[in-house]
Amino acid sequence: MAVIGGGPAGIAAAAVAAGLGRSVVLLDASPRPGGQIWRHRDRGTLPVGARDWLGRLEASDATVLSGANVVDVAPGFRLGADVQGRAVTVAAGAVVLATGAQELFLPFPGWTLPGVVGVGGAQALLKAGMDVRGKRVAIAGTGPLLLPVAAALARAGADLRMVAEQAPPREVRRFAASLWRTPARLVQAALYRSAFATVRYRWGTWVKRVSERDGALLVTWTTGRSTWAEPADLLCTAAGLVPCTELARLLGCELSGEAVVVDHEQQTSVPGLYAAGEPTGNTGMEAALIEGAIAGFAAAGQGAGARALWPSRARHRDFSRRASEAFRLRPELRARAEPDTIVCRCEDVTLASIAPGWSVREAKLATRAGMGSCQGRVCGPALRHLLGTSADTVRVPVVPTPLGVLAGLTAQRDDSRGAS
Amino acid sequence: MTSRPDAIIVGAGIVGAACAYYLSRGGLRVTVFDEGFAGGGTTAAGMGHIVVMDDSEAQFALTSWSQRLLDDLLPAMPRAAEYERCGTLWVAEDDEQLDAARGKRTYYRDRGVETELLDARQLGEAEPQLRPGLAGGLRVPADGVVYPPAVTRWLLDQAIHLGATVREGVAVEGVAPRAVLTGAGRLEADCIINAAGAGAPRLTPGLPIVPRKGHLVITDRAPGFSRHQVIELGYLRSAHTMSAASVAFNVQPRITGQLLVGSSRELVGWDASLNRDVLGRMLERACSFMPGLAALPALRTWTGFRPATPDKLPLIGAWPSVDGLWIAAGHEGLGITTALGTGSMLTDLILGRPPAIDPAPYAADRVMAEAH
Amino acid sequence: MAAMVSIRVNGVEMSVAADVSVAAALLNAGHTMFRRSVTGAARGPVCGMGTCFECRVTIDGEPGRRSCLEPVREGMRVTIDA
Repeated sequence: MAVIGGGPAGIAAAAVAAGLGRSVVLLDASPRPGGQIWRHRDRGTLPVGARDWLGRLEASDATVLSGANVVDVAPGFRLGADVQGRAVTVAAGAVVLATGAQELFLPFPGWTLPGVVGVGGAQALLKAGMDVRGKRVAIAGTGPLLLPVAAALARAGADLRMVAEQAPPREVRRFAASLWRTPARLVQAALYRSAFATVRYRWGTWVKRVSERDGALLVTWTTGRSTWAEPADLLCTAAGLVPCTELARLLGCELSGEAVVVDHEQQTSVPGLYAAGEPTGNTGMEAALIEGAIAGFAAAGQGAGARALWPSRARHRDFSRRASEAFRLRPELRARAEPDTIVCRCEDVTLASIAPGWSVREAKLATRAGMGSCQGRVCGPALRHLLGTSADTVRVPVVPTPLGVLAGLTAQRDDSRGAS
Repeated sequence: MTSRPDAIIVGAGIVGAACAYYLSRGGLRVTVFDEGFAGGGTTAAGMGHIVVMDDSEAQFALTSWSQRLLDDLLPAMPRAAEYERCGTLWVAEDDEQLDAARGKRTYYRDRGVETELLDARQLGEAEPQLRPGLAGGLRVPADGVVYPPAVTRWLLDQAIHLGATVREGVAVEGVAPRAVLTGAGRLEADCIINAAGAGAPRLTPGLPIVPRKGHLVITDRAPGFSRHQVIELGYLRSAHTMSAASVAFNVQPRITGQLLVGSSRELVGWDASLNRDVLGRMLERACSFMPGLAALPALRTWTGFRPATPDKLPLIGAWPSVDGLWIAAGHEGLGITTALGTGSMLTDLILGRPPAIDPAPYAADRVMAEAH
Repeated sequence: MAAMVSIRVNGVEMSVAADVSVAAALLNAGHTMFRRSVTGAARGPVCGMGTCFECRVTIDGEPGRRSCLEPVREGMRVTIDA
């Protein structure tokens, strides 16, 4: 069994299946397991639950391949990975996709300026050692991710000026009121808020545009009714998360919107192929752990173990659904891009150059949008939200891969064994 | 449907677009149908190499004449056409291939095409990324590259300017004498031109065209890595073997600094899936000629279908068994190069004018005649 | 104080914490622009997790490396666009 992705869902799937005696390979692109949420330099800084799961994975017989980008899955689940410049093939009987989510970036004037980063992006950079002490930082985004990022930036010494949630106050209040069903989340949210208690935390507020002034950013904020500008050194902004479904699409899984469709056992429309965590649209670390564990049980043929976790998964799905309703993107966010706003950052393609009726392939051939290094990971979801453009087909290599490694992965496929 | 056109073209690939362009210039009212979008089929999948070929007199005549037509149109084309006169560099691995290169030089010289024979040292200077130990090469400086979807779009835009209608997303389901049947109804015209490429036999049973699959890979930007379209002389062997899968080293620098890496040929019907074994062999061959390629990030791979004929020449001309039907298809891997010559020749034939080159070798019914 | 390593950025030597990413080290040294886009515009890191490819720099002569995914190493040579 191969597990792709080393966040909570992948760790749970690998640890559970290995614990049931399966031969498991976990392939993770990061230097060490943990995913985005448990990204760390020093494990001592992680919460107890995270350390427990990482310990369980280590204690299991699962083989962990870090720095492994899965760039191809050939028929029969023959995985091809670029492992730090080495071509590694893995033949698996079942595969769990635990590929996580990425941020959704919706273009607006100035979004390409240096100093404009993602919300999760800021957190990732912070965890990788970015120094924000004394920097004027503003956050504009949506959903439950805002609070931990704001708290982390404040604790790291940032001069946090503003935390803006795009969802209307009425929706955020309704969502907050519903948290009584999950008291732990309520406590957690309060703790995060206390870390930046003196900072403005505004609902129904978003960024309209950003420009450069006096070597810093000038952020134009709006509530729809009033609009004002404030300087910042770092603007952390995104429009929530979208599942990473490149491998799922390569393998032909059925999708519903952005999410991979799964059955009770986390199996996708492709037999033997499972998905867990963010790719299924069930958001958050707790849901990822449960779905990963269910996928681990199911892929190991232990249906009973999987069934025991169904009620818990249902509660988290309910939470995900309420969150996605409360933090639904306001239409104004889609209307920010102007004709000369760049939509494809790799190829500097403007919104005006893309005709609304085009298919994504037509847009690509006519403008180069999506032809660049990120393979459409940023502009693809953005164009889907802005123009309703369909998702592009996924092609090998799923991640840009040195030609020599790709040659090694695809030639002499008959030699492929287990992890080599 | 709109009023009756003089000519209906089935297929808005680069060949159909060139036919639309020359027919419109000839004063005909043209309607073009494409089941997808213009330039989105084989045209988009190809490399965009403009190359004069010497494998037969007929191929030479059509490729060199097409290149002259392109030279005339280039000043009017937009930057998006990405034309670059990078030249072709045919690479000889050993002395036997170098002899073949000498033969090519003589052939080209006799027909007024400038070439330069390079020894091993000169080859290394021309393309420093080539591995040491190669025998030499032949440079054909007038060859070039274009971005085929943009050229296609430009040709259609010119035709539209002259009154043509282009209907994308409309499939032609059948061809009748002087009429086509589409999902949107029946449309009549004096001439029907089947320019549906590898799909042409679906509408005209009996056309000796089969899809010949190829793989391509594009890298991230690496400006200056390569200056020419670089092809091994063994390519011709690969291109002319109709049997099993074959691969050959063929690298093209794009105007962006990206490199297109090919090539492969397979006869597997319409199976568009990646053949990983073929892809791997193709990439290994490319890396064996240019070892530095191995470190460049590959961004995408794709497959496409060349419309292949038994004698390697396209089918251009009337299809006598259906009244009013003309064929412009079967260009294998040379459709980008020979589209203009094809469109111009077909227009001359339809209008009863003498074409600039002898059309007999491309006559669409030549293979029919052989079959009987 | 964490252990330090020495790297060169466009030829300038600097001492940075040993456990940070190249992207973090560059930001901490005051570089907000990492590369020029295809039309020459200034760009810096965005996603922090290897998705957006905006933080590409040349590391030890190899162009196109995503600096957010690369840990710093003693003696590393980093080149960013001017």
